[in-house]
Amino acid sequence: MTREPVAVVGIGQTRHAAARRDVSIAGLVREAARRALDDAALTWSDIDAVVIGKAPDFFEGVMTPEHYLADALGAVGKPLLRVHTAGSVGGSTALVAADLVTARVHRTVLTLAFEKQSESNAMWGLSLPVPFQQPLLAGAGGFFAPHVRAYMRRTGAPDGVGSLVAYKDRRNALKNPYAHLHEHDITLEKVRSSPMLWDPIRYSETCPSSDGACAMVLTDRAGAARAPYPPAWLHGGAMRSEPTLFAGKDFVSPRAGKDCAADVYRQAGITDPRREIDAVEMYVPFSWYEPMWLENLGFAAEGEGWKLTEAGVTELDGDLPVNPSGGVLSTNPIGASGMLRFAEAALQVRGRAGEHQVADARKALGHAYGGGAQFFSMWLVAAEPPTT
Amino acid sequence: MTHAARNVAIVAFAQSAHRRRTDGLSEVETLMPVLHDALGHVGLTARDIDFTCSGSSDYLAGRAFSFTMALDGVGAWPPITESHVETDGAWALYEAWVKILTGAADTALVYAYGTSSAGDVRDVLTRQLDPYYLAPLWPDPVALAALQARALIDAGETDEQALAAVAARNRAAGPQGAAHRPRAAGDYVVAPLRARDCPPIGDGAAAVVLAAGDTARRLHDRPAWIRGIDHRVETHALGVRDLTDSPSTRLAATRAGAFDAPVDTAELHAPFTSQEIVLRKALRLGDGVTVNPSGGALAANPVMATGLIRLGEAAARIHRGASDRALAHATAGPCLQQNLVAVLEGETR
Repeated sequence: MTREPVAVVGIGQTRHAAARRDVSIAGLVREAARRALDDAALTWSDIDAVVIGKAPDFFEGVMTPEHYLADALGAVGKPLLRVHTAGSVGGSTALVAADLVTARVHRTVLTLAFEKQSESNAMWGLSLPVPFQQPLLAGAGGFFAPHVRAYMRRTGAPDGVGSLVAYKDRRNALKNPYAHLHEHDITLEKVRSSPMLWDPIRYSETCPSSDGACAMVLTDRAGAARAPYPPAWLHGGAMRSEPTLFAGKDFVSPRAGKDCAADVYRQAGITDPRREIDAVEMYVPFSWYEPMWLENLGFAAEGEGWKLTEAGVTELDGDLPVNPSGGVLSTNPIGASGMLRFAEAALQVRGRAGEHQVADARKALGHAYGGGAQFFSMWLVAAEPPTT
Repeated sequence: MTHAARNVAIVAFAQSAHRRRTDGLSEVETLMPVLHDALGHVGLTARDIDFTCSGSSDYLAGRAFSFTMALDGVGAWPPITESHVETDGAWALYEAWVKILTGAADTALVYAYGTSSAGDVRDVLTRQLDPYYLAPLWPDPVALAALQARALIDAGETDEQALAAVAARNRAAGPQGAAHRPRAAGDYVVAPLRARDCPPIGDGAAAVVLAAGDTARRLHDRPAWIRGIDHRVETHALGVRDLTDSPSTRLAATRAGAFDAPVDTAELHAPFTSQEIVLRKALRLGDGVTVNPSGGALAANPVMATGLIRLGEAAARIHRGASDRALAHATAGPCLQQNLVAVLEGETR
């Protein structure tokens, strides 16, 4: 049995903002989908199926919004599949769409993820009501801050590493016209002196809350041959999940993340990720997650991730650029954030990332995670088609 | 019709008892016995499964990420390859079927659960509607189904007596016949629908095990082969739909190969009696077809699991030799907006 190679031929994203009051939810998804179709030089009728993802329905107050969005997504008369795997959902959604092409169920699939967080308050939307959770655990930052502290203790990383990540990502975002935050007057000192939110995470080291959507057109070999611009080829994709809480869980470097990366590298024939991968778009909602994921994903030995960040390796002109788009720290429509990582990785290997293009990027990793650092989805895309 | 490169079958099915309320049980406690039951039928443990996929809704549970804790019922350690759909578990089964077709998995565990009792499900389901033009009016699923039933009656497709017969047949067939005796006609809930025309409200869970080719044959001596499966969606705007018909069901059925040969059984996900009339027409089911021998959604309706149960019930009938070729249908969205059709077959012995 052969697997059909999957190509990313269209990518679109919205302008991201704290509140996109100029568009409805339908208008928001339409903006991203339209741009992805334009990029692929396709129309709605070229699409065989739509796979849509987003994080909790509570964020917009619409239950299974894909039903209401069927018309806006051009899905009427087509299969429409809704994925929800917490924060990793944008990545998972793209992988489910890719499977449809791999298995030759469909030839050309539109995949899209969105969040219109201005419809509610995401921090409280994420805070489970009593009795499900202790009352002082407000928002994702409250959940993840202790794990950042554990990483610092474990590795002896100096206090300032998180600020370096935020300063880098916010500067990268200045080169990305779609990014939510464009802080032209950003300085390292401003990051360092921003208010402490969840010790040790400062305000400027935290992701914003955004309205936005991201869409991609995935197609088979024949579809790729017709595409007007170079495609990104899928070389490996995987998802892994583990329980939220259990005795022995390593919140600093969850095994599900390690296993997921290992699976992707095996599929893609990657043996030395640090050398072989040219750009990484990883899910860093709080600055310290960059060094943490550098270790979890095998780019650095355990305890060494912060040294790469500190040495400037992850800068846009560094040896291993991480989040050249500005990442989740600059743009965070939660349900779409994972797909933005996947799409930005694909933009890099297509050479279509504009001002934040990494020179000669041939292989890039897109990464997303969610829940209590328990759901992972990743893909590796390359400029060349897979050989097998 | 999708020409699948691999044969995939349902090899096990289990469901919980369906109760009006499960206040004393967490979702994990509802789910875990069902998962063990399904896996036990084929002598597997969660660790033997290549891919796990579930369906549920945060809106029923009343909290964000409700499915993350349910994962504890699976025992996802070491970490597993897993995904989740925020809709009926029938679509989780579809995702798992695709995963097996890619060759990345030989076996899959699919589960779904719903606890309608946590809130007022009639109110909750209004949140499924267009948030700008429809949801602010709070039309609930009974009211919308009543519009559909009225359109059917006006078109001469059915009458209240025929709807009563649908109710009586489904409720008599239900697995818990005693608990779901055909209800007295009762007053109109929303005319022309009476209590007997509406689904019971309750909590429950279901699980299915899928396997490919020789693995399926090893696990069951009569696997229920998925000969075709497809799903389609219609416009959300009820005003532009012909509510007396279901073109998306017909298209999905065509793509699934349902019209290539007659089926002997059909498990239809029709929460309201009037919707069975629509589906029978769309699927061209003749009198010779046994419809909803399980009692269907009118006997038990754990929202988000009801569609997966249709696939499971159809498969179970093939497993025990009561059917050779069965159609299973699942629906989502208001008034049958989205529909999935699968054709299951047992091998001739």
